Amino acid sequence: MPTADSKGHPLSSRMGDDGQPADASLVERLRTGDADAFAEIVRAWSPMMLHVARMYVSTDASAQEVVQEAWLAIIQGLDKFEGRSTLRTWMLAILGNIGRSRGVREARTVPLSSLGPDEEGGPTVDPDRFRGPDDKWPRNWTPLGKPRPWPRSPEEEIMAAENRTQLQNGLAELPERQRTVVTLRDIHGLSSDEVSSFLGLSAGNQRVLLHRGRSRLRGLLEMHYAAGEPVMRT
Amino acid sequence: MNDEQRTPGMTVHCQEIVELVTDYLEGALDPDMTAEVEAHLQLCDGCDIYVEQIRTTIRALGKVPVATLSEKAQAELVRAFRDMRGPTATA
Repeated sequence: MPTADSKGHPLSSRMGDDGQPADASLVERLRTGDADAFAEIVRAWSPMMLHVARMYVSTDASAQEVVQEAWLAIIQGLDKFEGRSTLRTWMLAILGNIGRSRGVREARTVPLSSLGPDEEGGPTVDPDRFRGPDDKWPRNWTPLGKPRPWPRSPEEEIMAAENRTQLQNGLAELPERQRTVVTLRDIHGLSSDEVSSFLGLSAGNQRVLLHRGRSRLRGLLEMHYAAGEPVMRT
Repeated sequence: MNDEQRTPGMTVHCQEIVELVTDYLEGALDPDMTAEVEAHLQLCDGCDIYVEQIRTTIRALGKVPVATLSEKAQAELVRAFRDMRGPTATA
């Protein structure tokens, strides 16, 4: 099984789909001491960095320190950045190094390397929702199994807030690798290349984890809508 | 085996679509399979809804509130940047 080279593998130079300035001009602004550009990436990337740091250390306070330390290392190391990866991939490598050494000092093993196999087999949608293989329409939705549109009501904003609670609870219950991939991709907007590279996953495995995580969360929202009220998960 | 199963969109079943959806949204399917999935979505209300719900789930995830560094910590970092790299830095 091929795994992505996690050290300096040349990645596409495009940034994520989050409206970040093009990498080269951003790097140039940082190198010429543009504090606004720096403040911008601190604001944009720190939430994701905190999440990543928290994978290595055991408390939120430690994660904050790891992120601050990483930013200082980035400031000091800017001249050593060669542009062979994106700035964000380079930042992730620095953050990972600091997180790992801090995690070792805290005697916390890095979660991703110590994981058992996630449940990666099996269907993501209940097979009973599909017709059997001998049906006239084999493996198509049954009338009852077919997904129903979710409501779009004037209370959509409120529903959205409820959805967020659902999703946060659902995320917490995902197997760790699925949670990590979904969080980095869909909450923090990293690209598939960035996530695969940072986690040392093949592109295919990254997609499998993303798929299983997203499918399970969709199912959770569906249950929530079907019940017509928030699913309490305590 | 009836003819409908060979028309575009009918060679792939709903139960397969729900497992292909991420590869489809990620652009990881080959052009033939992409066309097949898209033809299926045109024909199949259930799968069309399913894929849209996956998209809704992704959009909702993008709105999940996230923790960040305190304003104070961010301001300290910007100050450190100015000190080390700013135009007036005494490097």
